[in-house]
Amino acid sequence: MAIRGQAHILGHHIDTDVIIPARYLLTSDPAELARYVFEDLDPTLRQRVQPGDILVAGENFGQGSSREHAPLAIKGLGVSCMVARSFARIFYRNAFNVGLPIVECEDAHGHTSEGDALEVDLATGQVTNVTRGEVYAGTPVPEFMQRLLASGGLVGYVRAELARKRT
Amino acid sequence: MGMTLTEKILAAHSGQGEVRPGDLIDCHVDFLFANDITAPMAIKEFEKMGVENVFDPDRVAFVFDHYVPNKDIASAQQCKITREFVSAHHLPHFYDIGRSGIAHVLLAELGFVAPGEVFVGADSHTCNHGALGAFATGVGSSDLAAAMALGRLWLRVPESMKFVFTGTMRRWVTGKDLILKVIGDIGVDGARYGAMEFSGDALKQLTMDERFSITNMAVEAGAKNGVMEPDDVTLAWVTPRARRPFTVVRSDADARYADVRTYDVSSIEPVVSVPSSPGNVIPVREAAGVKVDQCFIGTCTNGRIEDLRDAAKVLAGRTVHPQTRLLVIPATPAIYRQALEEGLVQIFLDAGAAISTSTCGPCIGGHMGVLAEGEVCVSTSSRNFVGRMGHRGSKVYLSNAAVAAATAVAGKLVHPDEVVGDMVPA
Repeated sequence: MAIRGQAHILGHHIDTDVIIPARYLLTSDPAELARYVFEDLDPTLRQRVQPGDILVAGENFGQGSSREHAPLAIKGLGVSCMVARSFARIFYRNAFNVGLPIVECEDAHGHTSEGDALEVDLATGQVTNVTRGEVYAGTPVPEFMQRLLASGGLVGYVRAELARKRT
Repeated sequence: MGMTLTEKILAAHSGQGEVRPGDLIDCHVDFLFANDITAPMAIKEFEKMGVENVFDPDRVAFVFDHYVPNKDIASAQQCKITREFVSAHHLPHFYDIGRSGIAHVLLAELGFVAPGEVFVGADSHTCNHGALGAFATGVGSSDLAAAMALGRLWLRVPESMKFVFTGTMRRWVTGKDLILKVIGDIGVDGARYGAMEFSGDALKQLTMDERFSITNMAVEAGAKNGVMEPDDVTLAWVTPRARRPFTVVRSDADARYADVRTYDVSSIEPVVSVPSSPGNVIPVREAAGVKVDQCFIGTCTNGRIEDLRDAAKVLAGRTVHPQTRLLVIPATPAIYRQALEEGLVQIFLDAGAAISTSTCGPCIGGHMGVLAEGEVCVSTSSRNFVGRMGHRGSKVYLSNAAVAAATAVAGKLVHPDEVVGDMVPA
């Protein structure tokens, strides 16, 4: 599946505290969380992001807390996909679990500019910069994660597991 | 080829004779928990899964520690969701205000985690428990909900890195300084997705309190877990507490490590992480002189009795600087009680410190000590990201408890020797 959107460029080691500060963790409503997302990083970012846009980050995106509110807030903003050189491990799991597509790609960050049109292929991990006519190889989403996504995320996976146990 | 401690625990919990780094496993979970922030979201997902009961009520805990005592109506509403779930499912291990403490400290203290076990928590500092020789890792709320339903969790077997500490530690150097030194060296993603195994003769000289503050911060290097082989100190601590029989697991002599690093601890001084990353580590003496508005001694990293004793050694007979404020938060009611009995609370009161019931509050900039724009805090917690403890224009330095206490007295960042002098405190 290919996802197409405009790029917004973020830095390295973006932590969950600047994605969604703890003072806003008293709700799990994505739209409510999106009102405060990235507040301590760049308060203008959430106004500049349009539904369907793609965030492109450097190393270790989402380091820090286990708060699932972080990918949920980004999803609530309408971001269609995230591309980063690497993701912190808890954020990586949480993103899949809340249905925020993410792709690890070494070269997109550093070659992509703010506003470039990108196309991301989740199965292959390939990122195409339509504006520049460049293609960046990424890491394919692991087969297990693809199965997880295919069964409707973690909730669907657990339902299937429980059904299997009952039979 | 042998296996590391982490690999052996994961193999035993996934019904396999052998696992290798990179393997995806379906792992049995011995115990799991969520806190007042992560539980409501886990409960919501759990209910969507169409499950009637948790896999085993005796292996699930809910601990209120973040926004308690509730700071406002919204946080009170969140706690109510969890209370109602606990009541409906007759869950026995629920820790509410007054009996609760900071989850990682409380659950270890109460014997809910033992060597060789797999322990999962909806809180990133769950890696804390690796000091007992368990595999312990933090997850999000959905993963926690799945584990609550199935008693299992899918995991990728991490590559292990080994950190060997040798030599004798200098005065005022603690486990906190060792882990900050390591994070400063390898960076905040130096152990990303990996297991950090700590060992060496210097480690064996440390008490459990100091060991916990090391594994507690493994996540700050990006690790999945931090772990130590149990020794006599571990067993003396855990045996009277453990609620279940346990098996001690040790790394094989021919286990494979992605990296092995050795530290001579006698060359390590008390250090601080300067703003705004735990990886910006320099000796305290190089950061000395920074004017400080607030000092905070507490949290799952350094709110244990030995931290309070270190602080009291510095504060005894001294007072907090008039332009600085000091917060002291014992991590659990038992630690608070012990601090009272040992006269530490008296020392803190005499010094002019504010002492609070157990809460994570200030560490997350939630309540009980939020920083204003431009303010500086020296904190014994684990994170100093932008806005972590308050306004995005505030700044946090991470340190051990003695450094935070000495700084509170001096009103500026100092090495404890500058306040206490060269005399060895009683």
